[in-house]
Amino acid sequence: MELYLIIILVLMILGSIYSLNASDLLSAVISYGIVGFGLVIAFLLLQAPDLAIVQVVVEVATLIIMIAAIKNTQSKIPKMEFKPKIAIYYAITLIAALVFILIFDRATGCLSQFGADTMRMAQPYIDGAQHTKSANLVTGVVFDYRAYDTLGEATVLFTAVIGVLTILRIKGKKEK
Amino acid sequence: MIIYILCFILFLVGLYGVVSKRNLIKIIIGIAIMEYSINLFFIMIGYIEGGTAPIITKGFEHSKFVDPLPQAMILTSIVIGLATTALLLAVAIRLYQKYGTFDINKIKDLKG
Repeated sequence: MELYLIIILVLMILGSIYSLNASDLLSAVISYGIVGFGLVIAFLLLQAPDLAIVQVVVEVATLIIMIAAIKNTQSKIPKMEFKPKIAIYYAITLIAALVFILIFDRATGCLSQFGADTMRMAQPYIDGAQHTKSANLVTGVVFDYRAYDTLGEATVLFTAVIGVLTILRIKGKKEK
Repeated sequence: MIIYILCFILFLVGLYGVVSKRNLIKIIIGIAIMEYSINLFFIMIGYIEGGTAPIITKGFEHSKFVDPLPQAMILTSIVIGLATTALLLAVAIRLYQKYGTFDINKIKDLKG
């Protein structure tokens, strides 16, 4: 179980590195799809089917919007020529990444091990299933206990759609 | 613990993309990768070994469930992530229409 998850995570990391270094924007977007669909499988392995369904829809929508953004564009990216100065930058980046990982390791040391049985926050939600009458506990939390959060989410989504329509509208303001 | 660190490495890859790339589409891809790694990290914290998906069906009324609370939070977060990515891409499309390039250095030179 944990082994499968590690394999998928390594695949996602490789896909994201290729996506960021690809010389062609279309292959960058498509290998970005590896990350999203790997995330879907990871959600399924972690017993979160609702999230997997939502993630499939979101990933497909994101890929369609990205391909719509890069179609009809000059998508070749000029290669950076290698200078000796760049090697120093790579070294600094690697050291910074190692320091970040060490800090992360110390900061999450207080968390319990992966897969440990820690149910102190969610027990009331599971016991409350008989009050919400919802067979799916996630739906019970989203639409009953935290319905105002969902309302806020709908507001954010509505605002973002209005923003996209405002930015992309073809007719501009009339010049005086 | 190795699995948390792999998730964090995915976050660092996204950060590298945001900081070092000059192409707008790649910066947006980096932001989306960071967001995905955060979502995955939360779900990993909520996972319980041997737990089933938090759906009550016949025969599974009293079995052990994984934590439903992070899943409900991340459900909101995924949808908001789509909204922000779509807004960023709309800005990128508009910038391309105005300047004819996705390169942020060239856009900076062309401004004004």
